[in-house]
Amino acid sequence: MGFSEADWIAIGLTLRLAVTVTILLLLLGTPIAWWLARTSSRWKGPVSALVALPLVLPPSVLGFYLLLSMGPGGPIGQLTTSLGWGTLPFTFWGLVVASLFYSLPFVVQPIQNAIEAIGTRPLEVAATLRAGPWDRLFTVVLPLARPGFISAAILGFAHTVGEFGVILMIGGNIPGETRVVSVQVYDYVEMMQYERAHWLAGTMLLFSFVVLLALYGFRRQRQGTVLRMGG
Amino acid sequence: MSASDIITRFQLAYPAAEGDPGFSLSVDTRLPGRGITGIFGQSGSGKTTLLRCIAGLQQSDAGQLVVGGETWQENGVFVPAHRRPIGYVFQESSLLDHLSASGNLQYALRRARPTPPAQLYDHVVALMALEPLLARYPHQLSGGERQRVAIARALLTHPRLLLMDEPLASLDSGRKHEILPYLERLREEFALPILYVSHSLDEIARLADHVVMMKAGRLAGAGSLAEVLGDLHMPLAPDDERCVVLEGRVTECDPHWNLARIEIPGGHLWLANLNLTVGQPLRVRIFARDVSITLHAHADSSILNRLQASVAAISAEEGKALALVQLRIGSSVILARVTRRSLADLRIAPGSQVWAQVKSAAIVS
Repeated sequence: MGFSEADWIAIGLTLRLAVTVTILLLLLGTPIAWWLARTSSRWKGPVSALVALPLVLPPSVLGFYLLLSMGPGGPIGQLTTSLGWGTLPFTFWGLVVASLFYSLPFVVQPIQNAIEAIGTRPLEVAATLRAGPWDRLFTVVLPLARPGFISAAILGFAHTVGEFGVILMIGGNIPGETRVVSVQVYDYVEMMQYERAHWLAGTMLLFSFVVLLALYGFRRQRQGTVLRMGG
Repeated sequence: MSASDIITRFQLAYPAAEGDPGFSLSVDTRLPGRGITGIFGQSGSGKTTLLRCIAGLQQSDAGQLVVGGETWQENGVFVPAHRRPIGYVFQESSLLDHLSASGNLQYALRRARPTPPAQLYDHVVALMALEPLLARYPHQLSGGERQRVAIARALLTHPRLLLMDEPLASLDSGRKHEILPYLERLREEFALPILYVSHSLDEIARLADHVVMMKAGRLAGAGSLAEVLGDLHMPLAPDDERCVVLEGRVTECDPHWNLARIEIPGGHLWLANLNLTVGQPLRVRIFARDVSITLHAHADSSILNRLQASVAAISAEEGKALALVQLRIGSSVILARVTRRSLADLRIAPGSQVWAQVKSAAIVS
């Protein structure tokens, strides 16, 4: 039977969303993870809790507040309107913004753990070898924390691919714009097209299993510092 | 006092907290900008903190640091660590784990400013005997080998000042003796001022030219190695481990008895000849417990080394059996550990003319 054209569109959209979100999260998550790993500020606790919230909140709750803040009356909505981008709900970029929040802990925590595991000594060593702050970031932190970054990228990508509740709240169900694979599966089940649902759902199952298998294999090989967090 | 001196003035305090007595560092001194200066003290005395302040790895609340006429720290000025022309050797292994031994060396060499002379790399690799280790990664090296790479790496930054924080403390005694000769060669081949932090009097005696003594975050004394070791009141070590180190030179080898004559300021010693050559400079360490005192030169003693001396000072405590005596031999000072009863029986007091019998002396470098 194979995938229908609509399935391929959903798969393409899902991959585009996950790649975009993963790249943005690595860029945004790294400074947050760095700050959390190094700070002794009293804001560390509250910020950690905020970052971790998506781990425990029902996606509908998160989606509800994101919908409000991205709407015409919300702060994100007012910002995007004033920039001439219109409002984000029910658009691809709305999904991107929502996914940034939703997948944030899956990217921040592995990077934070890896940076904490490095400690301050290698940075001091590099400083005494004349390496400035940026030099130290690229020649010491990134190479030593590489396992953490790889875990973060894999988890952020996989978790975005597996999103459903938040997407339904923010994006609705627009083909080619917001109808990702998980929503497409939902549609098939609603329409009692179980055979089509099987194709997509089975593919997702296999994909997720392979990704996690790769992650744990990689982690065992590195013996260590990567992943201290469930999904 | 010279322009190359290191002017250090640091104030730093961590308040006491529950289970933590707190710590404060208060130092205001000039360190010599030449030779090896041993910063000596027990753990917790602030030696490492002082070194970290000099490196710029730690910022003191108030302070001034001028090295060779260049201000590194003064009100409002703080040159960050990576802009200070220092080399730093940490106590424990500090190699960058993601780089091989040669990668670690290149990391330093590429960033060295001003660009070091082209032959520096080969010279340092040969000096530390690293050729067979270059391709290995830190986890494939022994503790001693890692420390040799770390010392070489610090040298390759082409520093104007080398800071060493207990570089041997993490090694067992076998590995220590494997590294010490490299440090001695370093002293001989590089005209580089070195600040060497250690809690081991043994290392200080072998390596240092000057000594700064730290106690509870304060300076407890400073001077040349001979001055500090010969000072009765310097709290260096328990009395039975007190020693002095004399700089000497081999002036004669006697193949018949296999002895060598070592000229020291104010006299000479005959020591077992272990491959010494005439003219060779060396350091001789004499423990106070190996020195006894007689009033006359005993030609009938088995002790070969008898030196005419005058008693300069005595440190004796009521209730203790043993006293420490400071003896002056020409311009040299040695210490003798003898019973208070012997001092009384022989009527030895400051000013007495005596003979020091040196039972044993060790060539330390």
